[in-house]
This record gives sequence, structure tokens and C-alpha cells, in this order.
Amino acid sequence: MNKKGLIISGLIVIALLICKFIPASILHKPIQFSPAVSTMIVIVMILVFVFVLIRTIQGKLIERRVVFVFVGVALLLPLFMQFTLPFPISPEVQSVYDALERLEPGAKILCAYDFDPPSAPELQPMADAFVKYAFERDLKLIIMGLWPQGCQQANQSIEAAFVEHPEWRTTKEYGVDYVNLGYQAGSEFVILRMGQSFKAMFPLDLYNTPYDSIPMLKNVRNFSNVDFGMNFSAGKPGTVEWVQLAVDRFNLPMAAGNTAVQAPQVYPYVNTGQLIGLMGGMSGAAEFERLTRRMGKANTYLLSQSFAHMAVVLFIVIGNVAFIRERREKK
Amino acid sequence: MRREIPLAITFIVGVVFAVAYFIPHYPFGKLQDYFSDWFAIVAAFAIWLGALNLVKMSAIKVGRKRPDWPLSVLIIVSFLITAGVGFYEGYRGLFASQTFSFRDPGTAFDWIYVSVYTPLSATMFALLAFFVASASYRAFRTRNLEATLLLLAAFFVMLGRVPIGDLLTTWLPPGYQMSQWANWIMSVLNTAGQRAIMIGIALGLISNSLRIMLGLERAYLGGD
Amino acid sequence: MGFWDIFGVWLAALLTIGIISFLYKDNILYKICEAIFVGSSAGYWFVISYWDNLYKKFYLQVVDPNNPEWFVPWFGFVLGVLMLTRLFGKIGWISRWPLSFIVGATAGLYMMMYFVSNAMQQVASTILPGAGTTAAHPVFSGSLPGIIANVTIAIGTFCGLIYFFFSKEHRGAFGGAARLGVWFLMVTFGASFGYTVMSRMSLMIGRLDFLFGTWLGMTR
Repeated sequence: MNKKGLIISGLIVIALLICKFIPASILHKPIQFSPAVSTMIVIVMILVFVFVLIRTIQGKLIERRVVFVFVGVALLLPLFMQFTLPFPISPEVQSVYDALERLEPGAKILCAYDFDPPSAPELQPMADAFVKYAFERDLKLIIMGLWPQGCQQANQSIEAAFVEHPEWRTTKEYGVDYVNLGYQAGSEFVILRMGQSFKAMFPLDLYNTPYDSIPMLKNVRNFSNVDFGMNFSAGKPGTVEWVQLAVDRFNLPMAAGNTAVQAPQVYPYVNTGQLIGLMGGMSGAAEFERLTRRMGKANTYLLSQSFAHMAVVLFIVIGNVAFIRERREKK
Repeated sequence: MRREIPLAITFIVGVVFAVAYFIPHYPFGKLQDYFSDWFAIVAAFAIWLGALNLVKMSAIKVGRKRPDWPLSVLIIVSFLITAGVGFYEGYRGLFASQTFSFRDPGTAFDWIYVSVYTPLSATMFALLAFFVASASYRAFRTRNLEATLLLLAAFFVMLGRVPIGDLLTTWLPPGYQMSQWANWIMSVLNTAGQRAIMIGIALGLISNSLRIMLGLERAYLGGD
Repeated sequence: MGFWDIFGVWLAALLTIGIISFLYKDNILYKICEAIFVGSSAGYWFVISYWDNLYKKFYLQVVDPNNPEWFVPWFGFVLGVLMLTRLFGKIGWISRWPLSFIVGATAGLYMMMYFVSNAMQQVASTILPGAGTTAAHPVFSGSLPGIIANVTIAIGTFCGLIYFFFSKEHRGAFGGAARLGVWFLMVTFGASFGYTVMSRMSLMIGRLDFLFGTWLGMTR
């Protein structure tokens, strides 16, 4: 790395260490910007965009690292702001909530956690809200995963529920109210085999307890003994495979939460009714949190998401304004 | 025999799964169950193959002192530490007085998952946020009608799916804000396009699966 | 928080910063983090495959004295071991057998799965009446938005499929329909792009929240 890079790196490291170890008497943490400061920041960002527009029209595209810094600022600063913006609930998310509301207490839900840490910012908030809602309504959870990291992410959801409601640590019993069957390799073949017998595919749970020893699984042979399916999916294997097998072949009523990358591809299944509902990306997670009255990370992150989207849209508009102007000048 | 046996295996196994959809009873149902169980075991070995191949390639690089060979040492060390801790915690959990899973919070394996694997994997994918913004600024141009349609759809969806879209369109009548437009684009226009792609892929996949089962498509066998 | 918890947060923060440093320039810190990621990922999957699959699905089944079909998993085990021969050049051709098992199983299953769910169900749901009758409304039942949506989906799907039919030249009415199909596909790709941006931004927000929240304690 050259001298300039070393100096920049050093300055960043020093700044971060100052932020970490600065005494509370100088800087009270957590930092929250007042509405006036937040408004000033928004005005400054707009002025910077005007500057970028002028430079781009002059034919001087700004360097990509400047774009990176601007996107980073657009993502970071809203985390310190206090704005809460209202937004409507989409029909697909409402359908998920309505389907869950129709379940009776004691109903068994098969939860498939098919995601890993990179997708956690989008899917973990909706999974956490779902588990809290299920525990509140006394719905029984049969957790498993087609991704190996899924069952650990599921344990994080359980732990988040227990942190918010410490009384659930004693009132919610493993094996009676929830069970974690773990992971099996095989993708769609796992679902296919589960269609005949859950026990054949998961002879032991995550903690090596035999399937037959788990009280809540006594009368659960396959999908026909489960009342509902809930899938949190980041890709393949995931929602598409669950729809193709569990829903279409074994008639399991199912809803899903997907990352925003996957959600557009799953909309046809919602339209046909193969999926009861869909929570897509962080906005879907935020809507579900609002419906279940469990405001969490998704709602906190939504302001940053808004700023980031606005930044990308403005960058595209600026680039195209310059492009159209250039084309007219050539003509 | 190097090609005939694999082709026969492909045909028999493929036919069992296809027929078992219509005849789930004995013997096809039973064979499907056996094959599904074997698939899970073979899939595990396939993962092992990938991991061991990585170690083999890294070891070759170290042995021949190729450029950046110290990084290959780091790959092998990381692999051995993670795998070693996982096996140790697994056996420790099996024989403990109160059995626990090697993945339980508090185990060394879970510590590696939370402190090493999670931040690295999450940040790798998160970097794309910056590149997508930079690429959009430099390359996304409305050169023709099709590109303009793509751009407009992206705008409506990006702004409509976050609260800022409705904030910018509060002056419109209720039911016509940006979020409603985004919903309509996703549930109607996007559904139509995705459905066309889905049906096209399905038809292609059906014909290709038949070709594979009948031995007409042999690319997966590689050369002799 | 204990020592290992605090050390874990610092290590996670340093690894995160190491990966983010790639935005400035490719550097040795990023390469070190990348190498650790590759190695630990491989180790993670290696361990999980052993405990969740080989131990539970193979070993415990074959040693179970109450399992009458204890010999069945051995076939899968043998196929799996044959897969590992790919690591050795001279006998690597044997790995074609388990590979052909995987390919055949996938081909057979996918043929039916995609035919039912992605072809037949989708076609059936596209050929919807614009409006119809119900017991409550025996003459006419339907809303204008619903009719427009159903007709638009039907036209869009049909024209999109026409575009993918390359055996006939896209001319005249056929070409016009294909062009309309392209427009629908462009809207689809635009929506996918918008959602992709949303997804990537969400991932970065999560990392920034970890750095400035969990590590530095600056955010809520």
C-alpha cells in the first residue's frame, strides 16, 4: 500500500479508536441527532448532490471512491437520526399476518430457516418477530433448515425472544413448545423425504435427542400433521423448492419471507395462491414487525434504507442528465 | 464400461423419481425413499470433496512456492482450526454428562461462527452495495425505450418500497402514492414477466432432464 | 461480557474493516481476511456435513440394533466414498458413478417438480377470466382493477413467451407481440434491479450497525 493509503488508513483507525474510548463526559453514547441537526445533514447531502450534478454535466464523472463515501454516509448517518416515517402495509405481508391470525393456539408450524449470516439483516428481523408472535399466541414451532447456518440463526431468534420476555425461558419448554431438528444436506430431497416421514430425515434433533423422545413430535409423521409452513429463504434451496414440493405435492399451506433479491422471482407463486403471502426484504420485515407490534431492527434500519435508495436514484438521474445533455450537444 | 455404467445409473435413478410422482407405492415409493436418503449422504461427501480439494490445491501451492503461497498456508490453518474445533466440541458434547450440541452458544465452534465466519461472510456480500451504486452512476443510461422502461420500473420500486416514496407523493390522491404503484408493478407487471421466464425455463428444463435421463446429454460425464 | 466475548467483538470488527478496506484498494489486509474466510468456510461446512449427515444419517442408522434396514445406508456411504476418488488423478473416473446418481436423481425429480409448479400451475393461473359469476352475483362479479390486472398478466405472460420463441422470425404481428413481451421483461428486470439494490443496501446497513453499534456503542 502506498503512502497516501497508509495515511488514510491510519487516520481512520485513530478516528475509530477515539470513538471507542472517548469518555462519556465528552461524548454521551448512544449518539442521537436532534431534528435540527438531522435536517442540516439532509440539506448538506442535497447540496453535495447538486455539486455532483454540476461536475457530471461538465463531463467530469466523480471518482468511484467518492461515490463509495457518499453511499456510506447515506447508510450510516440515518442510524443516528430520530425520524420515523409512516408507510403502508403491502397486501402480500398482510396476507401472511392474516393467515397466522387464523391459526388456533397449539397449532404446529414448520419453520424452515434457509439463510446464512450475509442475509441476516433482511431475514433475521422478520424471523425474530415471527418467533415472538408465535410464542405469544402459543403456536408450536418445528424448526429445521436446508442451509447449515439456518438452525444457528433460529437459535438466535429464540434467544432474542427470551431476552425480550425473560419469563418465556421458564414457560416455554424445549420439546413441548419448540424444537430444533437441525440441518440435513440434500436440498429438495430433504423436503421430498419429509413428505413421507420427518423422522426418516431427522432421526435426531439438533441436540442428538431421538425423534420419538420429543413430546411435541409424537403425532407428527409428515406434512399432513403440520398446520402451517413458514420459510425464511435467501436463495437455493429455499422458497421455490418448498413451493414445488411441500405445497404442490404435499399440500402444506405456506408463507415465506425472502431476501429482496429473491422476492421478485417468487411473486408468481403468490399470484397463483401457491404461497399464501410473502415478506420481501427489509421493507417486508418492517411491515411484519408493525403488524405484530414488535418494532425491531427492520424499522430502525428503514430510514437508512430510504436514504440509500434516494442516493442511488439521484446518482442514476445525475448520470442520465449528463448523458442526455451530451447526446443533444452531439446532435 | 466407464461411460455405460454411469449412463445406466442416471437412467434408472431418474426414472424412479419420475415414476414415483405418479406411483408413490411399492416399489417406486420405497426406492425413492432409499435414493433420497443416499442423496443426503452423497451430498455430504460432495461437500467434503470440495473442502478437501481446496486443501489439496492450497497444499500444492505451498509446496511449489507459487506467488501468494503464505495466503494458502493461512487457508489451510483456518480450515484445520475450524474443523478441529468443530470435531472436538462435537465429541465433547456427545460424552458430556449433560449432552450439548457443538453449535450451542458458549462453545468454541459457536464463537468462531459468530466472531470470524459471520463478519467475514456478511461483509463480503455487503460490499456489493457500494459497487451497485457506483456502477449505476457510471453505466445506467437511458439509451433506448427498453432501458428507459427498466429505469422507470427500478425507480418506482426503489422509492415505493421505502417510506420516502410516499413522502414524495403525499400530494397524490389516496391509493395512488408511490407505494401503490410499486405494489402494482410487482404484483402485475413483474409477475407477468417472471411467469414468462419461469414457464420458459421449466419447458427447457423438462426437455433437458429427459435428454440427460435418456443419455443424449453426456456433458456431466466429462472427457475420457 | 467476558474476555472471549469482548475479544470476539474486536476480532469481528477488525475482520469487517479488513474486508471493507477493499473499497479503497486491494491490499494485504483484505487478502488475509479473504484467506481466513475461505479456510473457515470450508472447515465449517466440513464439520457440519460430518455431524449432521454422516453421523446422524449414516453411522447411527447402521449401528442401531433396532433398525431392520441397517444395511441400506451403506450403499449411500459407498457412493459417497467413491466421490472422493476425484481427488486422485488416476482413479478419478470412478467418481462419475456417484455423480451420475446425483445427476439422475436431480433430473428425474426436477422434471416433475418444474412441470407441475412452474409450468402447469403458472399457465392455469394465467388463463383466468377477466370477470365471472358467483353465487352472490350470478350475472357479473369482478372489479375493474382486477380485470385490468388479470388481462395485463395474461397478455404480458403470453407476449413474453412469444419473445422467447426464436424459431420464427420476429416480424409483423408476431414481432409486435415479441416487442411488447420485451417491454414486460424490461419492467421485470427493472423491478429485480430495484429489489437487488434494496437487498445489498440492507446488508451494508447491518454491518455498519455492528461496527458503530455493537463495537463502538455509538448507535442505539
